[in-house]
Amino acid sequence: MKTPAQTKGIAAAFGVSVLSSIGLAVVYVQGGQTQLEGLLLGLALGGISVGLVMWAKHLMSEGEVVEAREVVPLQTDEREEVAEAYEHGAEEIGRRTFLSKWLAGALGALGLAALFPIRSLGVGPEDSLFHTAWRPGTRLVKADGRPVRPSELPPNGVLTVFPENHTHDADSQTMVIRLPTGDQIPGPDEFSAEGLVAFSKICTHAGCPVGLYQTQTRQLFCPCHQSAFDVLEHAKPVSGPATRPLPQLPLGVDNEGFVIATSDYPEPVGPGFWDRGRG
Amino acid sequence: MVRKVVTWVDDRLGASRFTRDVLAKVFPDHWSFLLGEIALYCFVILVLTGVFLSFFFEPSVAESVYRGEYEPLQGVVVSDAYRSVMDLSFEVRAGMVMRQIHHWAALVFLAAIVVHLVRIFFTGAYRRPREINWMIGLTLLTLAMFNGFTGYSLPDDLLSGTGLRIAYSIALSIPVIGTWMAFLVFGGEFPAEQIINRLFVIHIFIIPVLIAGLLTAHMALIWRQKHTQFPGGRRREENVVGERLWPTYAAKSMGLFFGVFGILALLGGLVQINPIWLYGPFKPAQVPSPAQPDWYMGWLEGALRLFPAWEITTFGYEIPNPFFPAVLLPGITFTLLYLWPFLEAFFTSDHKPHHLLDRPRDRPMRTALGTATLSFYFILFAAASNDLLAKWLRVPVENVVVAYQILAFALPLATGLGTYLIAKSLTKREAEPPGAAPETARTS
Repeated sequence: MKTPAQTKGIAAAFGVSVLSSIGLAVVYVQGGQTQLEGLLLGLALGGISVGLVMWAKHLMSEGEVVEAREVVPLQTDEREEVAEAYEHGAEEIGRRTFLSKWLAGALGALGLAALFPIRSLGVGPEDSLFHTAWRPGTRLVKADGRPVRPSELPPNGVLTVFPENHTHDADSQTMVIRLPTGDQIPGPDEFSAEGLVAFSKICTHAGCPVGLYQTQTRQLFCPCHQSAFDVLEHAKPVSGPATRPLPQLPLGVDNEGFVIATSDYPEPVGPGFWDRGRG
Repeated sequence: MVRKVVTWVDDRLGASRFTRDVLAKVFPDHWSFLLGEIALYCFVILVLTGVFLSFFFEPSVAESVYRGEYEPLQGVVVSDAYRSVMDLSFEVRAGMVMRQIHHWAALVFLAAIVVHLVRIFFTGAYRRPREINWMIGLTLLTLAMFNGFTGYSLPDDLLSGTGLRIAYSIALSIPVIGTWMAFLVFGGEFPAEQIINRLFVIHIFIIPVLIAGLLTAHMALIWRQKHTQFPGGRRREENVVGERLWPTYAAKSMGLFFGVFGILALLGGLVQINPIWLYGPFKPAQVPSPAQPDWYMGWLEGALRLFPAWEITTFGYEIPNPFFPAVLLPGITFTLLYLWPFLEAFFTSDHKPHHLLDRPRDRPMRTALGTATLSFYFILFAAASNDLLAKWLRVPVENVVVAYQILAFALPLATGLGTYLIAKSLTKREAEPPGAAPETARTS
């Protein structure tokens, strides 16, 4: 079967690999370059691959071999022996019912005790899902910590805000919106301040930030699973998988003219959980 | 020299008979038998590149100001995890190519496993005596998915952080134990500080060890039970026809390893993947748009997008919406997959061992069920980018969702029915050919 052409081809493949490996070393020493590294490594590996496969296909002569397969399991006799060996030992232990009960008790107690370190993995939920860092009188601040004046927001303007000193608090993130004049302000009157309304920025479906505000429709939109919330209808979900409105944060203005929250959210923010109704 | 080594080892281990059998082991050859091997080699490449990456990664969310080589992020406050992946990508020599090979290998790993699973299904290779290996393989698939997800969550970038936020919400949605589970896994309320470190331990230690162990078992069982083969030629239920391990099969298989590695190296060098510098560091109040996960999480993401706005609230307790598409659906999916060999044996009353593979057309019911199921999950997968499709078609995304919701039911029905009819007509044509020799034609 051996033909010079095949031998030459295989040798060429290995040769490409050798040259590419040398090239790879040179590129690395020169400071490295991602695309060249990938290309040369690919060629170095690919050359060996092509060479090996061609060698096996064309120059290895053995061909097809037939091997017998045990269709029926051949150890039927031993099955009884396995069962007997097990039962023999089990009886030995089981005969001593008093001791084996104590052993079971000891293993059970140890197993329970071994579960306790799981508790160390984290704090319990307690009531942390029912509260955020908003308190009566907490100023709304931007991500950089600066407080917000009502006049900063033009009509249809939106702003992501956090409680003052809690700009890292993920579940307190809030969207403040100024609706254009003429729009009916949603929610109870005491929840809005100087035309501003604020809603939790955490989607009630799977917790993504409801990051997009569509000025035409006054809808807040979650880019993760496409839930849309109608701000004019106190942020109730109008499409997508979300089932609950975004909770509204009651707003006020303090005597220095900065926007504040007048209390925490009246209900848990974010996605649902088993005992959410408890709060 | 060879004899000396063999004698030395045999004097001590008595391993000569075993080694002789290993070298003479016969492997049937068919292109579709390579899929599992590709998955195996991807795992090897993942370990090799992953060890390199682990030397540079810092699993911490402690924050500092970025002062690295990537200009656009100069001065931005980032976590140590994010910064270390940036440094690995831009400052460690060969770091970028290693990282990208690792990510590409993960994508191909999952793809090879899934296509391998599909091959096993359509050829009936899971039937007795291979039910155990079917279940080991499914466990490997779930572990690989988990490890893919934990891996791409490590850099603490905006895209993966959003994925973690969704994962946390899914955990919260589990009835009764959900809140506790979410808090214990994440170490507190999202985004808890320990999560990156935990993901790191899970990603580089716990799951890889499990995968390595189960992979060994998977191959030991193939070894013990010998490979299946398609009927035809000299191939019978009671034999194995193919090439010996040494040297032909070993040469081909090593050729495949180098080939897989070579293609992954080309992808890793030339095709950018997971550019975390474009996503930016994770900030809880920011969200990327559009946001798609790695491909193997697509079916779950799509299910979350398609499941209607519905949830259960009774007696003051609730089972939130994400539970149904993201916990119940995968639960049912994998339960049915694990049980499938036994379900089929029950419904067909076929409890005999099988070593010869089916051709899909010869089992029209199974094949129809398979293509129908695949088309259902394909719709879920496609729905994970419904926002991109809506943008491209310039239609509201709600309309795309409704179309996919209809397709999720209509397409499996059509696909299943179509498959059944095609399979039937193919076997019928073979049964009454105009003057051809059917037996040899169908089995070669």
